[in-house]
Amino acid sequence: MNDMTPDRNERKANLKGLGSSRKRVEDLRFTQGKGNYVDDIKLEGMLHGDFVRSPYAHARIKSINTDAAMALDGVLAVLTAKDLEPLGLHWMPTLAGDKQMVLADGKVLFQGQEVAYVVAKDRYIAADGAELVEVEYEELPVLVDPFEALKSDVILREDLDPKADGAHGPRKHHNHIFTWEVGEKEATEQVIDSSDVVAEEMVYYHRTHPCPLETCGCVASMDKVNGKLTLYGTFQAPHAIRTVVSLISGLEEHNIRVISPDIGGGFGNKVGAYPGYVCSVVASIVTGLPVKWVEDRMENLMTTAFARDYWMKGKISATKEGKITGLWCHTTADHGGFDACADPTKFPAGFMNICTGSYDIPTAYLAVDGVYTNKAPGGVAYRCSFRVTEAAYFIERMIEVLAIELNMDAAELRRINFIKQDQFPYTSALGWEYDSGDYHTAWDKALVAVGYDDLRKEQAQRVEDFKAGKTRKLLGIGLTHFTEIVGAGPVKNCDILGLGMFDSCEIRIHPTGSAIARLGTISQGQGHATTFAQILASEIGLPADSITIEEGDTDTAPYGLGTYGSRSTPVAGAATAMAGRKIRAKAQMIAAYMLEVHDDDVEFDVDRFVVKGAPERFKTMKEIAFAAYNQAIPGIEPGLEAVSYYDPPNMTYPFGAYICVMEIDVDTGEHEIRQFYALDDCGTRINPMIIEGQVHGGLTEALAIAMGQEIAYDNMGNVKTGTLMDFFLPTAWETPNYTTDHTTTPSPHHPIGAKGVGESPNVGGVPAFSNAVHDAFRPFGLRQVHMPHDHWRIWKTANDLGLHG
Amino acid sequence: MIPAAFDYYRPNDLDGVISLLQEHGDDARVIAGGHSLIPLMKLRMAEVPHLIDLQSIEELTGIENGARIRIGAMTTQADIIDNASLASSAPILKEASLQIADPQVRYMGTVGGNVANGDPGNDMPGLMQCLDATFILRGPNGGREVKARDFYHAAYMTEREDDEVMVAVTFDAPKGGYAYEKQKRKIGDYATAAAAVIISKDGSKCKEASIAMTNLSDTPVFCGAASDCLIGTSVSAEDIKNAVNSMIDAIDPAEDNRGPVEFKKHAAAVVLSRAIERAWQRA
Repeated sequence: MNDMTPDRNERKANLKGLGSSRKRVEDLRFTQGKGNYVDDIKLEGMLHGDFVRSPYAHARIKSINTDAAMALDGVLAVLTAKDLEPLGLHWMPTLAGDKQMVLADGKVLFQGQEVAYVVAKDRYIAADGAELVEVEYEELPVLVDPFEALKSDVILREDLDPKADGAHGPRKHHNHIFTWEVGEKEATEQVIDSSDVVAEEMVYYHRTHPCPLETCGCVASMDKVNGKLTLYGTFQAPHAIRTVVSLISGLEEHNIRVISPDIGGGFGNKVGAYPGYVCSVVASIVTGLPVKWVEDRMENLMTTAFARDYWMKGKISATKEGKITGLWCHTTADHGGFDACADPTKFPAGFMNICTGSYDIPTAYLAVDGVYTNKAPGGVAYRCSFRVTEAAYFIERMIEVLAIELNMDAAELRRINFIKQDQFPYTSALGWEYDSGDYHTAWDKALVAVGYDDLRKEQAQRVEDFKAGKTRKLLGIGLTHFTEIVGAGPVKNCDILGLGMFDSCEIRIHPTGSAIARLGTISQGQGHATTFAQILASEIGLPADSITIEEGDTDTAPYGLGTYGSRSTPVAGAATAMAGRKIRAKAQMIAAYMLEVHDDDVEFDVDRFVVKGAPERFKTMKEIAFAAYNQAIPGIEPGLEAVSYYDPPNMTYPFGAYICVMEIDVDTGEHEIRQFYALDDCGTRINPMIIEGQVHGGLTEALAIAMGQEIAYDNMGNVKTGTLMDFFLPTAWETPNYTTDHTTTPSPHHPIGAKGVGESPNVGGVPAFSNAVHDAFRPFGLRQVHMPHDHWRIWKTANDLGLHG
Repeated sequence: MIPAAFDYYRPNDLDGVISLLQEHGDDARVIAGGHSLIPLMKLRMAEVPHLIDLQSIEELTGIENGARIRIGAMTTQADIIDNASLASSAPILKEASLQIADPQVRYMGTVGGNVANGDPGNDMPGLMQCLDATFILRGPNGGREVKARDFYHAAYMTEREDDEVMVAVTFDAPKGGYAYEKQKRKIGDYATAAAAVIISKDGSKCKEASIAMTNLSDTPVFCGAASDCLIGTSVSAEDIKNAVNSMIDAIDPAEDNRGPVEFKKHAAAVVLSRAIERAWQRA
């Protein structure tokens, strides 16, 4: 090696590859107000759409009179179901195999449902027009309770034959959607009946909403001359949207271009297809002009996809010593008026069967019943893999309840039931193959970090002080060890609308040694342009700063299933690494030719190929890139490009240990988070700074959900939390300080060992916060109360336990 | 969240405002900071064909400090927080203002708008009742004064006539200890329960006391009887309990997303006890 060559570590650092806390390249534009979101798109002659929405949760539509609206200057069209029916677009398929009204067809099933769509010259006229549409309703009995709905004579979905099977098998009742069963029912019940100790509890994970900063919206632009439709939108899965639009509109797929520009947060809210998209496309086709539709905040909270709303009845059994013997769960899932859950087709309750968690549970059974009610449709994975937050919350609550039943420390109960390191790959009783894990190491590290034993002593003293009247504050220690399942997923069992859940990356190396890579995913704030360039930098030896990452334009990016469920790194990240390896393989041949040695006599070294045993003889990747475009190399095509479509062999299973220390004022119900420790193991860490940011954000959403955020309905089906006054979105003031930590257990099947992390903090955070509340009241006999733990509910818990004297 | 069309006016003096109000009657509303009115217009719960912006009217601005304090109606909560002399003569204003909404709102939200709108969630009305403030109104027939304690009839129903404008609030510089205690769910929220307390001391006894509660009825609640429970006492735990019990009889909270009536009464009791304790310590 000559003196001019920087040493290996320096060359590595210059690449800013895996493990570098490289600053986010996106933030240059975001912090300067130069982002380009859907609402920033302004096209020549663009029209605006607005909805007339139902004030009732369940009503028959007697008549719709659009005359006054049409008479308003500037209104071009008012669409109703009657107008869409000849096109077959008054209903649309949902991702869950059901169908959903685009515009109310004879009745409405939830408050805020789309009834008519007004198209006008500007956004204000559209809103004025919407107010002039006269709709006559006849109110019908409202069902907001799923248990009630399953008993009621009231038929919500009159369009469905009550006797006919649904998309996921037989229906038991006209308001029943599906039953999904996993595991062994009889064997599990037998084990539970014969175990020493059984804990039984109803765990409710309330209805909430992802509430991204930017609401959903689109701009549809039909060019009648060339027959091409361009659809800009807040789509977490632009390619799938293109296919869906083609299937339901009859337009050929090559004539549709879907573009997801910058997206201001998705969290699952932007996975599905909404009536606003369909109406905007129809309006653009009819008028020949571009049509924009963007939800306001109330529309977002009230009508586009909610999350959770799972009633999880559980039984968990153990030996006297605390070894878990069986887990049984029956979930009643409130899906609202239409089943519009965004899950892989074969999983109508998502991956709820990850509910055995981090524990070696020999026997388990899960059944989920989906139910129609008079609420908005949705059921999306709000910053989690499909229904994984529900599963994690369920098992982490059941563990706590079992600990009470056993009169045992909940940290110790977890420890003796963890899947052991040497059991991986581990096949769970409900059928998943966990790829890798080291739960004991993470757990012990977490307990030491927070000084767990001292905290328990302090808590015991606090209880004494409380009983002696010296304090009105209780101390809760919320424990959670979660295991996620992310990276959907293997095409053999994961598809959405028949589209396999692979993902993709296409790379072009430019002659001067920079590159562009395009992926089938789409960032909504995750920092893909930063992290995917880092993966590539390490794979192909060009600096991350010289690599552009582009996503979201279906005319240029390779097909992929999009970004949700922490799937981008596990699937598209793997595709990126694999495409990078193809580049490297060709580069190796070019280098060997240039160095006049055999292919096998050169080896890759950070940013170059060197002749084995003679490191002073090398060609840098930059030199090789140029050679690929200017030398005639026998047997090798010019250029340096690669594409990879990656079908993951398995999911990845990130895990973590979270501990929350919380002070609770029993009189006001207020809480204060004194300490929050979050240890995450997401396998290989691509950008530690971005991981930390993801953990902070996810924990803050978890705090919101656990401590106050909900979509609440009254008995008439009115949404009580339709604005940010009542829907809790934490600000810096409510957000505690977080301590982050990690262990690293790479995924054995992922090309770079990465697992995905963005959603872990929401999955693990919710039970950690909630368990802290429960734990504070455990010494006074509390077993289970439902979230959200807002002031009055905490006060009520204290009151019910007789703590107000 | 798109308001209906409206005409916008920005007169330079109060006469201009009042003549517009006379001309358009019910169809006109004045706008100060707009943080109550604009959301209502965007929700189309308030239709205001003629919107009269007060921000160019010099007469409505300014803080005059002294034995009698005068705060112009267009004074923002941020102005109050930043006014060092006011913070020393009437510190309860700063303490309360810092608990209103968030900094962005406080740069826009005004004293006049807050007291005139009649929203039971607003903090200033209860505070003004605690201070025994006087509101100065101007209408077609000139000015008049109304006591804050007589101003509120029901939610959004006040003593102010449609063609009158809130010009200023005035009150004597408070003496003794003070506290504004507010429980809320989050930044930006209205109170679950809030208490304004001013107490002065004569030796070891309470000389004067004034208590008003916020968002626990459809108007602010001045609690004269509760205040009387403290006067002449040494403000012991027992005395505080008596005042709290008296306050509970005076409030009439409604159930909402902040919680049921029983909880609100409990929270009211807690915030008032804490406010009295803090005010007494400062007296």
